[in-house]
Amino acid sequence: MVAKENITGWSVQEIAEKVANDIFDGAYVNLGIGLPELVAGRIQDGKEVIFHTENGLLGMGKPAEPGKEDPELVNAGKKYVTAIPGAAYFHHADSFAMIRGGHIDICVLGAYQVSEEGDLANWSSGNPDDIPAVGGAMDLVAGVDTIFVITKFFTKSGKPKILKQCTYPLTGKNVVKTIYTDMAIIDVENKKLKVRELAPGVEFDFLQQNTDAKLYM
Amino acid sequence: MINKIANSVHEAVSGIFDGATVMISGFGEAGSPIELIHALVDKGVKDLTVVSNNAGSGHVGLAALIENRQVRKIICSFPRTAISVVFPELYRKGEIELELVPQGTLAERIRSAGAGIPAFYTPTSVNTPLEEGKEKRDFNNRTYVLEHAIYADFALVKCAKADRYGNLVYNKTARNFGPIMCMAAKNTIVQAKEVVEVGDIDPEHVVTPGIFVKKVVEVPNPADESKLVEQERRYPW
Repeated sequence: MVAKENITGWSVQEIAEKVANDIFDGAYVNLGIGLPELVAGRIQDGKEVIFHTENGLLGMGKPAEPGKEDPELVNAGKKYVTAIPGAAYFHHADSFAMIRGGHIDICVLGAYQVSEEGDLANWSSGNPDDIPAVGGAMDLVAGVDTIFVITKFFTKSGKPKILKQCTYPLTGKNVVKTIYTDMAIIDVENKKLKVRELAPGVEFDFLQQNTDAKLYM
Repeated sequence: MINKIANSVHEAVSGIFDGATVMISGFGEAGSPIELIHALVDKGVKDLTVVSNNAGSGHVGLAALIENRQVRKIICSFPRTAISVVFPELYRKGEIELELVPQGTLAERIRSAGAGIPAFYTPTSVNTPLEEGKEKRDFNNRTYVLEHAIYADFALVKCAKADRYGNLVYNKTARNFGPIMCMAAKNTIVQAKEVVEVGDIDPEHVVTPGIFVKKVVEVPNPADESKLVEQERRYPW
C-alpha cells in the first residue's frame, strides 16, 4: 500500500481549475468561503461568469487592491472585494430568493465531510465547545441545484473526508453533485460515488483503501 | 408637516425600553449602525432581544452592547468570527441565549414580519439538526419546514442617504438586512451619512420608502468598526 505522504496529487490551484472547467459560459455562481474563492481566478478567458455573494452583490469582481478596500463592499467571508461593471446590489431577502428560488446555477462549497450518497457536512464539527454558526450554507444546498464541493481528500490529521456516513451534523442530505479533491474528481450519480478522474500518481485502489465509502470507476 | 429627523443619536434611540426586541442591520461591519448602537449602550436599557446576522467584533458596536450585559438573547446566523470575543465568552458561561437561524431563513422571517405574513414554509434546514421542533409539510414531493416571522419593536439601520420623509438609499453591500429590518420593526431608527432635501432622491432610486421609517439622524462620519477593533478600542471610550 502506498503511503499517503508520498502522494501529492493536484495543487489547490489545479483543483480550482478543474472546478472552473465545469462552470459553463453565462453561469450565475455562488462561491463559498475558503478554497471555493480560488475558483474565481481560474475561469477560462472567453467565458462570462457572474459571481453572486449572498450578502447582496451579483457581479463580484476581484479582491480589492491594498489601499483601496471599502468596508462597505465585502463578500460573504467579509473580505474586501470589488464589483464588476454591470453588477447589482440588493437586500438579503432578495439575495436568498435568488438562492432558494433556484436562480443560481452553481454553488461551490468547502466541506468537512461528504457521504457516499452526497450528504454534506460543512457547518459544525458537533463539538459542544464550539460556538454554533451556520450562515448561508443550508440555504445554498437547499436552493441551488448544482452543488460542487472543493476540498482536500484528507483532513489535516490524515482522515478521509469522504465517508460512508457523515459523522458531523449535516448541512443537507443528497445535495452534492461533484467532489473535486487533490486526489480525484468524484461524481455523485444516483447516490453512488463514481470516480471521474484520478490525479497523476493516484491509483483507484489507493482511494478505495482510504475511505469506507464504496467507490466506482 | 412630516419631519422624521432627530437631532442626535441619543434622541433617536430615546424610546427604546427594557425587554424590547431590537433588529440591528449589518453584515459584519458593513451596514452596522455603530453610532446608534453606542447611543443604546449609553442609554443602558437591559434585557434586550437582538436580531442581527452576527454577534459583534472586538469590544465596540454590537459587541459593546453585549459586553455591557444589555442583551438577554440574540437571534442570528453567524455569531462566530475570527475577532468575536465577547459573545463566545458569555455564551460558554450560559449568560446569553442564542437562537441560531440559517441566513436566508433569518432574512425571510424578517421580511415576512414586514409583509404581514406570520409564517412560511422553506426547504432550508430539512434533514439537519436545525429542523428540530419545526412543523414539516410536503409540497410537490418535497419536504419543507414551517418558519415564523420575527417581529421587532425597534430596528437600528445604517444607510447612505435619507430625507425627512424617511426615504433611504444605501451604499453597496452595506444594504444587506437594512431594507427588510425597516419593514419588520414597529419603530425604525436610521443613521444616514447624509440627510438631503425632500425631492433630492430620485423616486426611481429610493430603496426603502419612507413609510417604513420613523426616525432619521445624520451621522456624517460614521466610525469604521474594523479600524476600532484593530486599535483595540472599547466602548464606552
